Amino acid sequence: MSFLATFRHGVHPPEHKELTSALTTRRMPFPAEVVLPVRQHAGKPAKVVVKKGDHVERGDIVAVADGFVSAPVHASVTGEVSSIEWWPHPDGSSAPAVRIAVSPHSAQIARERTVPDWRGLEPAQIVQAVQDAGVVGLGGAAFPTHVKLAPPKGTKVDTILLNGCECEPYLTTDHRVMVEQADRVIHGLRIMMRCTGAPRAVIGIEMNKPDAIEAIRRVLPKDLNVEVLPLRVKYPQGAEKMLVESVLGLEVPSGKLPISVGALVQNVASAATIAEVFETGLPLIERIVTVTGLGIRKPANLIVPVGTLLRDLLAACGGMTDDAREIVFGGPMMGQAQGNLDVPVTKGTTGVVVLSDAEVAREHVHPCIRCGKCLDACPVFLNPSLLGRYAQRDRWEDMESHHLNDCMLCGACSYVCPSNIPLSQMFGAAKTMLRRTKAADAALAANATATVKS
Amino acid sequence: MSEQTRLRVSASPHLAGPVDTPTVMWSVVASLVPVLCAAVWFFGPSALLVVAGATAGAVLTEAAFKKATAVRDGSAAITGVLLGLCLPAGMPCWMAFVGGAFGIGAGKLLFGGLGQNIFNPALLGRAFLQAAFPLAITTWPKTGLPWSSLRGDNLAFPFTSPQVIDGTTAATPLGVMKFEGGVGLPSVMDMLFGRTGGSLGETCDAMILLGGAYLVLRGLMNWRPPVAIFLTVAVFSGILHAIDGALYQGPLPMLFSGGLTLGAVYMATDPVTSPITPKGSWIFGIGIGVLVVLIRVWGGLPEGVMYAILFMNAFTPFINRATQPRVLGAATKGATS
Repeated sequence: MSFLATFRHGVHPPEHKELTSALTTRRMPFPAEVVLPVRQHAGKPAKVVVKKGDHVERGDIVAVADGFVSAPVHASVTGEVSSIEWWPHPDGSSAPAVRIAVSPHSAQIARERTVPDWRGLEPAQIVQAVQDAGVVGLGGAAFPTHVKLAPPKGTKVDTILLNGCECEPYLTTDHRVMVEQADRVIHGLRIMMRCTGAPRAVIGIEMNKPDAIEAIRRVLPKDLNVEVLPLRVKYPQGAEKMLVESVLGLEVPSGKLPISVGALVQNVASAATIAEVFETGLPLIERIVTVTGLGIRKPANLIVPVGTLLRDLLAACGGMTDDAREIVFGGPMMGQAQGNLDVPVTKGTTGVVVLSDAEVAREHVHPCIRCGKCLDACPVFLNPSLLGRYAQRDRWEDMESHHLNDCMLCGACSYVCPSNIPLSQMFGAAKTMLRRTKAADAALAANATATVKS
Repeated sequence: MSEQTRLRVSASPHLAGPVDTPTVMWSVVASLVPVLCAAVWFFGPSALLVVAGATAGAVLTEAAFKKATAVRDGSAAITGVLLGLCLPAGMPCWMAFVGGAFGIGAGKLLFGGLGQNIFNPALLGRAFLQAAFPLAITTWPKTGLPWSSLRGDNLAFPFTSPQVIDGTTAATPLGVMKFEGGVGLPSVMDMLFGRTGGSLGETCDAMILLGGAYLVLRGLMNWRPPVAIFLTVAVFSGILHAIDGALYQGPLPMLFSGGLTLGAVYMATDPVTSPITPKGSWIFGIGIGVLVVLIRVWGGLPEGVMYAILFMNAFTPFINRATQPRVLGAATKGATS
């Protein structure tokens, strides 16, 4: 086991994937209403193009992309736009959203579409088609997929790394995609390799998913340089920089993207979605969500229309148990806790983990004893203990000079901290503070220049 | 709505690792139980009295100034037990109590409590006692007394001097090395298993190594400082011994005499007062090893572990600053301000 490819440092939380790893995905019944926020991806929010009272069919566009680093939003159900209003967002804020009342009599069958043969398309046309379908990274960060398929000028993709690690505990979304849709994953990879001109691809899968490794290996194409690389089970193996380190043995330079070392990382479910786009023409309007944890009565891997409300999703899984304490969108290491059952599932919602009393983290915080466990956990070799002490004194600039920007908020340091110090929370807050301070400084400087000129 | 009100909304990560700070602390206390048992075996009820005095001094001082949760985390108990274990068996309880109170009060609480102190509180307590009661702290009881007899005036009334009982002082291995040129030095096996004079917890090295191994295997102790100390002392004293075997003791008596094992395993690994980086831990350990040999061989005192560790404690912030880890993908080494 120890000879498996991996990265340095990291942690190994209990996996708990057994709750759902063997459950075949099934489609959840259509809810009575869906809510589609315009902000479901990294980048600029989409612009709404429908109005109250409009009839929309499944797959129709409701908001268009605003620029290149943006993605459109499509109706995930057939129904009527009941309103366009600010709605609670799973990231804790709120965002403009299109509410659609689901038509109770519709068969929910999408319109007939003509699908172009991808083999006849130029790379730029493929990129456009992927953007038009609203495809974003399904691993959680929801970065628009087409942006990565069009690498900046002067860079070359040597290797596509298909990310099948799913290193977050509990989640089995990517796992089920690989087992049930291995052909689609490979087909999507084929399209991406053609689009980027990448000569080689590696599919990295953690060793705790032997059936996924087996399923993908069975359909590996003979005509392409593609291999499956089993990886040691360790968090955060699925982070881009960690995957590059494990597979290629390269360090992505600080502050740079994997493309700077010739690597392009895409999630396996995103690959399957690209394949689906070129099979059916349907945009990204539904995704697989793992609903799990000891706080949910019937854990499941569900195909969920984007925009389904948390309340309806929980009901489709038998509801919460009496000792449910915390609902997390995403995995328990980086996911966002929800305080409102009306938040919608978005394109980036990998799972909904309902933690019971027995599973939630401790609350009492002890002083830092400088045990150094956080240094041994940090996959980017920061000193979280020192950064934490700076954070407690609001010394944001000192944090920045100690490489706060390299922190990806994976939470490994908070997880191992015996004193239960909320390190990654403090680092996230510090990053926000620095961003705001810089924006304010820039505005002030611009103001001063304008005053001098006039 | 009732569903919504009982939900907790906390920041990620939503899972916590396997150990918390009280677990770490109480595991250290638990690992000291065999050492304490050995002390009782060799020094009788006196051992319990001294350790209890020091622990009471440490814990009561913490309780007087801190909340109950801070006392329950076990850090004051460690200080007390460790201080007790590095005192001689004949020490009056009230002196041990004062040492524990000083260690926690001046060594830890004055700095702001757990995690803030620069010096190891137990060693600071011992340094205080050495300055305040130089006679009592160097009065080593003879071995071979009946088990149940007190090894000194343990129950002396507070703030009175202990009655000096004639013939209670015995030579420690280090005293023999220092003042008698090594004539009559006990065998290494006797040192390892505690059949020598010395402080309560320092005589039985085997038990200390056992406790340390247990903590290292559970991932609760930084193994680097003790390994660095042992290696440094062995190499340094080995070189000296090779130069002049008659003048300088060999590595084995150096390693297993005095408080070296107790200090290396339990004091130099105090996370608060030792460097946090792996590289820093090595530097820290090597520094202690060199200082111990220097003090023992050329200093005025027979033993130098306590001062060596306290001295390196003072350097810990500088060592930390000089050994910051290299960030993944950073262009240059040691990128720090």
